[in-house]
Order: sequence, then structure tokens, then C-alpha cells
Amino acid sequence: MSSKPKLYYFDGRGKMESIRWLLAAAGVEFEEEFLETRDQYEKLLQGRSLLFQQVPMVEIDGMRMVQTRAILSYIAAKYNLYGKDLKERALIDMYVGGTDDLMGFILVFPFLSAEDKEKQHAVIVQKATSRYFPVYEKVLKDHGQDFLVGNNFSWADVHLLEAILMVEEKKSDVLSGFPKLQAFKARISSIPTIKKFLEPGSQRKPVPDDKYVETVRRVLHMYYDVKAN
Amino acid sequence: MSGKPRLTYLNGRGRMESIRWLLAAAGVEFEEVYLETKEQYDKLIKDGFLLFQQVPLVEIDGMKMVQTRAIMSYIAGKYNLYGKDLKERALIDMYVEGISDLMQMILVFPFSPPDAKEKNIESIKERATNRYFPVFEKVLKQHGQDFLVGNKFSWADVQLTEAILAVEEKVPAVLSGFPQLQVFKTKMSNMPTIKKFLQPGSPRKPPPDAHYVETVLKIFK
Repeated sequence: MSSKPKLYYFDGRGKMESIRWLLAAAGVEFEEEFLETRDQYEKLLQGRSLLFQQVPMVEIDGMRMVQTRAILSYIAAKYNLYGKDLKERALIDMYVGGTDDLMGFILVFPFLSAEDKEKQHAVIVQKATSRYFPVYEKVLKDHGQDFLVGNNFSWADVHLLEAILMVEEKKSDVLSGFPKLQAFKARISSIPTIKKFLEPGSQRKPVPDDKYVETVRRVLHMYYDVKAN
Repeated sequence: MSGKPRLTYLNGRGRMESIRWLLAAAGVEFEEVYLETKEQYDKLIKDGFLLFQQVPLVEIDGMKMVQTRAIMSYIAGKYNLYGKDLKERALIDMYVEGISDLMQMILVFPFSPPDAKEKNIESIKERATNRYFPVFEKVLKQHGQDFLVGNKFSWADVQLTEAILAVEEKVPAVLSGFPQLQVFKTKMSNMPTIKKFLQPGSPRKPPPDAHYVETVLKIFK
């Protein structure tokens, strides 16, 4: 195993994108192996590399880690992006839980039928503007600090920026009622590691397209329409 | 706030049950507030208790915690059920997340239409016996220890015990191909705090029934 973490996933966002964001934000270089064929996936399965037969899988520090949340928690703790004590960790976990739920609506989006896509678009915007963004807007307003938790850059900030940018891809002016989040977005985007990740040529993946959906369906034999939440 | 954690949820399992299990396993006494009407729920939101307008809610150590995983991570961390270092925590997190995916199938089961129920039980059985239980059977076989991680009782053991019992309620003979898990289930069930939780009169909730489903739909429509 090389000393750099190695990510096994499709050549696209999906559940791996949050992991790419966090590693990049922490300034950690990583390698990627892209699943393109069913054969590659079956080979991984036969090699017993996938604990629950699923990707994402990340080879890191001698472990073959699976389960997105477990991987993210490990990276956050290892690179000091998880707060200074149990209570700060609790806050970060709560905030990340919220942005995770919000991004969950976007994650399934490419796999929905055309009719469900239209409905889901409205759901995404509604949840973002009435359930999730107001919470983070208030957190930032109440303490007046640059970062969500403990006046220190953490996983929660990275995850929120990722969520904001993803929702903006669906509705470009979605932050119009949220001045603190606008300032937050500008501030976090200009952190050197994140700025680099946002530039062309980085390992950030583009908005999922038909080719991506086709690849996932082919590799996982997932030929049914996913139901909207 | 009293010294004890206070849980706010419906009077039923749902997403709160794993939290009840973990607190009980840690020997922590807790209070419960049951949501019975939409008005109670709306008031909780209006009074600013629910960060994302959702339950579970656990008031603990001066915090109003929401998000099931966040709550359980906090409890596991506080009561030394989260391993001794980052790598043990990583293993526990992987195991717990896997089990949680299995439990998700059970969580949504009561809300599926009657004609889908048989098919869903088959899916639960298939996933339990082909994807999840073999992993833990192998883990226990390979290290030969009593507990899943680090030769010490942890959150992962509690979560797996809960899952085994929950699946057995749907598929009674599900452990028949898993001798290590049978032994594990017996050992965990006999641990004093868990044994107490498994006795009648404990805060453990029964399998969801029609009244529970009705209440969920009424409050969260």
C-alpha cells in the first residue's frame, strides 16, 4: 500500500465526493482508482477488499476503510478537523448530520425518473432554504466567528461549503436570503487548500451526467429507478 | 435540567431505540418524553428545541442533541465504549455503520404497503445472511475474542446485539448458519446492564404496531 490514501470509486461524485473534499481541505494528497467495469468490481469483491461489498473504499494507514461516515470521521480526527473535545465533536457531528441529510437529496437526484427529478429539485431548494441554511446562518450570526465550531476550521465548515455549492448548482441564487452564509462561502473558498481544490485540474468531480449514471448502473447492476425520498 | 439524559421521541422504537440500547448498556438511567400529538411536536419546534425540526432529541450535559449518529457517538465517547484509539474507533464506526444500514431496512418496514411486506422480509433475510452477519461471524472467528473490537465491550457490540434480536423477530432462525454469533448473542445478553434492559419493565420498546405507525403518520405528515 502506498503512503498516500487511495480511493476506490466511480469517476464521479456520489458518496466519495465528501471524502475528496475533506482530504483536499486537510492538504492531503491522494490517489484514485476508478471503477469502470463490472469485472473490476467483482475482482474487488473476490479479493475481499470491500467489507460490506460496497464502495466507497479508502486504503489509508494500513486499513481498507469502508462506510463513508467512518472514513470521514477518521480523516477529520487524524487531521485535527474534529474540534478540541467531546462537546465540540458533538456539535460538528450534529452539523455534519444536517448537511449530510441535505446532500442526500442531491445524491439520489441523477438516478430519479424525469418526473421525480422535477419534484426533487423543488424539495432540495425547499429543504435548503427552510430547514438547513437557516440553522447555519443563525450559528454564524450568534457567535460572529469565522468558523462553525470552536473558532477553528473543522470538518463541519468543509461539509457546509460542499453542500452550499451543490445546492447553488441547482439554484444559483439560493443564498440570497443568507448574508452570513454568503460571507462564509467566500471566506472558506479562499482557504488555500480549498481554493486549490476549487480550481480546474483538481480531483474535484463535475456534476453527475448520464455517463456517470450509466457507469454506476452497469458496475453495480443497479437497473431500477431510485425512488425519491 | 435534571442530571439524567432526557429523550424525546414517540413511544416506540424508531431511530431512538439504538440510543436507548446504548445508554442502557452503559448503565445510564434516562428519562423519556413521548410525542403523542402534532401540537406537541409543533411546540418543540417553535420553542427551538429541534435543530433541524426533527427527533430524536436527547437533552444531555446541557446540550439539546439531535441527529442519531451524533448522539450515539457522544454517548459512546463519554462512556468509554468507543475503543482506545483512532484505529479502534475507525473499526467501531465501520461496524456500526454497516449494522445501521441493515437496521434501516427494519426501520422502514412498518411503513411499507401490506403486499410488499413478505418481499421486504426476504430482503432483510438476504442482506443479513449474505452481507452483514458473515462479516461479524468472521471477525469473531478470526480473533476468537468475546467482543468485536480491541477485546473490550464497545458500541459495536451493543449495536450488533440489537440488530441480531431485531432481525430474529422477523426471521427467527436467521442465526442458524452463524455459530459465533449465537455465542456472541448469548454472552452479550448476559452482560448485567443488557440483561436488565432485556427484562420486562425496562425502557426497551416493543416491535412497532399499527398504533405506532398511525402516530408517526399523524405527527409527521
